[in-house]
Amino acid sequence: MSLLHIIKNGIVDENPTTRLVLGTCPTLAVTTSAINGLGMGISTMAVLIGSNIVISLLRRVIPDTVRIPAYITVIAGFVTIVQLLLKAYVPEIDKALGIFIPLIVVNCIILARAEAFANKNSVIDSAADGLGMGIGFTIMLIIMGGAREILGNGSIFGIALYGSAVSPALAMILPPGGFLAFGILIGVVNVFSKKKITTIGCTSCGAPCKRKYDSGEGGK
Amino acid sequence: MNPNDPSMIAGSSPHLKSGQTTSIIMRDVLIALVPATLASLYFFRLNAVFLILTTIISCVLAEYVANKVMKKPVTIGDYSAAVTGLLLAFNLPPSLPLWMAATGGVFAIIITKQLFGGLGMNFINPALAARAFLMASWPVAMTTWTKTAVDAATSATPLAIIKKGGEVVTDIPPAITNLFLGNVPGSLGETSALALLIGAVYLVVRRVITLEIPLTFIGTVALMTWILGGDSLFSGNFLYHVFAGGLILGAFYMATDYTTSPVSTAGKIIMGTGCGILTAVIRLYGGYPEGVCYSILLMNLAVPLIDKYTLPKSFGGGKIHA
Repeated sequence: MSLLHIIKNGIVDENPTTRLVLGTCPTLAVTTSAINGLGMGISTMAVLIGSNIVISLLRRVIPDTVRIPAYITVIAGFVTIVQLLLKAYVPEIDKALGIFIPLIVVNCIILARAEAFANKNSVIDSAADGLGMGIGFTIMLIIMGGAREILGNGSIFGIALYGSAVSPALAMILPPGGFLAFGILIGVVNVFSKKKITTIGCTSCGAPCKRKYDSGEGGK
Repeated sequence: MNPNDPSMIAGSSPHLKSGQTTSIIMRDVLIALVPATLASLYFFRLNAVFLILTTIISCVLAEYVANKVMKKPVTIGDYSAAVTGLLLAFNLPPSLPLWMAATGGVFAIIITKQLFGGLGMNFINPALAARAFLMASWPVAMTTWTKTAVDAATSATPLAIIKKGGEVVTDIPPAITNLFLGNVPGSLGETSALALLIGAVYLVVRRVITLEIPLTFIGTVALMTWILGGDSLFSGNFLYHVFAGGLILGAFYMATDYTTSPVSTAGKIIMGTGCGILTAVIRLYGGYPEGVCYSILLMNLAVPLIDKYTLPKSFGGGKIHA
């Protein structure tokens, strides 16, 4: 696979938010505004690229039996770096994202890419995978955060859109709005993608996982 | 859904055929709601006219547009969207801005009904879901109650007045006769218990609804508010709790929705009792003065589970492994 193909894979074919449906907790929780979505997306992308590179470098060193704790340790290291950087340079974003920055450690996108990609591919490919997945995640978080901010707060990136005559639908920046926006986003993306999710189960999932190959359903 | 569709015919003959169709049932519900509609027009005048027209038109239009966009047969002819619109209007305060009411209508039809597959596929009551959405979105507009008729000053609802520990309301609770007739502040359709009961009798006589859910629902609320609602045990004013708020409306017209209520008698009794317990708990101990909407929504979510565990045993059949 070429590098471009790997990057496109993360953004379109295996988009972590709409196709793999991973990392849904931060997706639902922090997308109350477009800027929060952007901050969360970029932070996750930084951790993802870093951890993919290091785990790919260490893929022949880490014993298979203890690989998960080893991956988590590497990921936690990068999360700490990102959190300290956010605290130092953009404290407002750090305050808005709160606990969800340390929780990137257990974000399943990162562990999934370490397990499914970085531990069996080269360093360059893994970095490209981290970049693609990170961009895909960031785009979807900005779309969700933007939509919820426009409908629920009447603004986009903090700029007020309509006057005081129309009061925005507060529910959209409350938890129910997160689920509404998430469900509709996945549905809309599904309508416009070439490969549609039609059944529950492995058949229409985009991820190339082991179970799928074993059951003979894997496409690639 | 086409009743002549072969996939709709289950089991071997002989088949009992009833004349009931979706549109006949929905028309009966609309007829049953006429007294309550007239009462709301009498008590809230022009506000009620505009609100009812807005929600019905927005619901029917949303249904039509959703059918067209999803390339499905247009189903506005079965009146179900009109029923949803009317029930939604009954759940709204008379002073609500009309565009908010229209948003509620679109939400009810598109989000809770059509996106889940249309009539019969929604997992919660569309009108109540829309009310909950409006309540979360515009809490101030949704809780601004006006007094009835010409006297258009804002006021608290009877339930808010008798609520303990809530915001301090100095109004005197209205007399129970006013509560029964409907001359009290509140949302459009909930105020007149008398008009709602006349319609409910029609529904029962026409066998559109059965009495299990309404009776257990109202009975549980009455029992719990009688025991726990007063200053000491067994001294609560349960009649007040039965006629105030949306209990009659919810119990007869919303909780009995076919799609979102259990099939078997045992299941219906569980559903009604559960709604009653939740309503009484929210009214007596919760943050809101009224809990009918949320209790029905919560029990709607439990309906698949209730259905699973109350599956009737077939005649001569063994133990059922659901």
